[in-house]
Amino acid sequence: MCTTCGCSPEDMNHEHEHHHDGHDHHHDHSHSHHHDHPAKESLAEKTIAVEADILSKNNRIARENRNMFFRKGVFVLNLVSSPGSGKTTILERTLADLKDKYRFAVIEGDQQTDNDAVRISATGVPVHQVNTGAGCHLDAHMVCHAAEAFDLDGLDVLMIENVGNLVCPAAFDLGEHHKVVVLSVTEGEDKPLKYPAMFHNADVMLLNKVDLLPHVDFDAGKCKEMARRVNPDILIFDVSSKTGEGMEAWYSWLASGTRKG
Amino acid sequence: MHELSITQGVVDICESNAGGRRITTVVLEIGRLSGVIPEAVEFCFEACTRGTLLEGARLIIENIPARGKCEDCSCEFDLGSYYEPCPTCGGFRVAILSGEELRVKELEVD
Repeated sequence: MCTTCGCSPEDMNHEHEHHHDGHDHHHDHSHSHHHDHPAKESLAEKTIAVEADILSKNNRIARENRNMFFRKGVFVLNLVSSPGSGKTTILERTLADLKDKYRFAVIEGDQQTDNDAVRISATGVPVHQVNTGAGCHLDAHMVCHAAEAFDLDGLDVLMIENVGNLVCPAAFDLGEHHKVVVLSVTEGEDKPLKYPAMFHNADVMLLNKVDLLPHVDFDAGKCKEMARRVNPDILIFDVSSKTGEGMEAWYSWLASGTRKG
Repeated sequence: MHELSITQGVVDICESNAGGRRITTVVLEIGRLSGVIPEAVEFCFEACTRGTLLEGARLIIENIPARGKCEDCSCEFDLGSYYEPCPTCGGFRVAILSGEELRVKELEVD
């Protein structure tokens, strides 16, 4: 039985009750209110005050993932973007350039196929593919089990490539240290305003495919201004995963998060 | 369409709070900034509740407006989105006071 979520292997593909064998069960809240009191109920009463965060189960598992990654000293990034922005190519280049310095592993999230896992595997870095089927995002439970594929004691960095989708993955904490949102210059420059929750929740933005800037009508300055309207603290790196332009600054930031520095 | 996962979460929370009794009404609080579309939750509700204590229950969704507080001038104001500037000083550094709620508020049981 899984000690984090209490599920047995056959439970993996559907929702289920979690058993809490001797460990604390706190409801997590992404906002400032706390509702830790038990549900008020009496047999005479027909109304039961619940006041429970709907994402509390995901948030609890995410917190346990985060604690585990902290104990093991693994720096974990959750890469999010719309489909086709270049997440996998950024990963390939980053792994090829840094794999001799840091020990990486990758969790690949896609609805179907293991195409991306095959590409990552070619770099020699261990990879585990999660197919979400109809699901539009990875959740903390999937990551908890996907991480079992690796010896975390032997890792410095775990990269999670989320399902290509700028909406749903914003709501699901996986236990990562940072969300890294990728936006490419072949997309609309107003995506930060169109999908504000994702840019609000990300700490880093990689503006990818900047080698194409001379050929497209994309105002990079305007795009960054919009991203900073949604999230004044967002850190932005201009990169091209094809030419390698700007990747060094991204690597320096990544290195600063690992225990090796 | 993460509303399917969200609605499944609602069913789990309701069943674990109902003490085995049939649930006739469930009240949710959904904030304007939560990224969840109330109509999509309504759409998923019937499918997710089939064969559970919630089958046939009435779903009431209370929409929670978003409020922000400017971190520069402390002005509090209504927010329509994550990127609205402070109406007083024009700053974008805004702390979210409400609007991200995603909660099961209460149940009515038989």
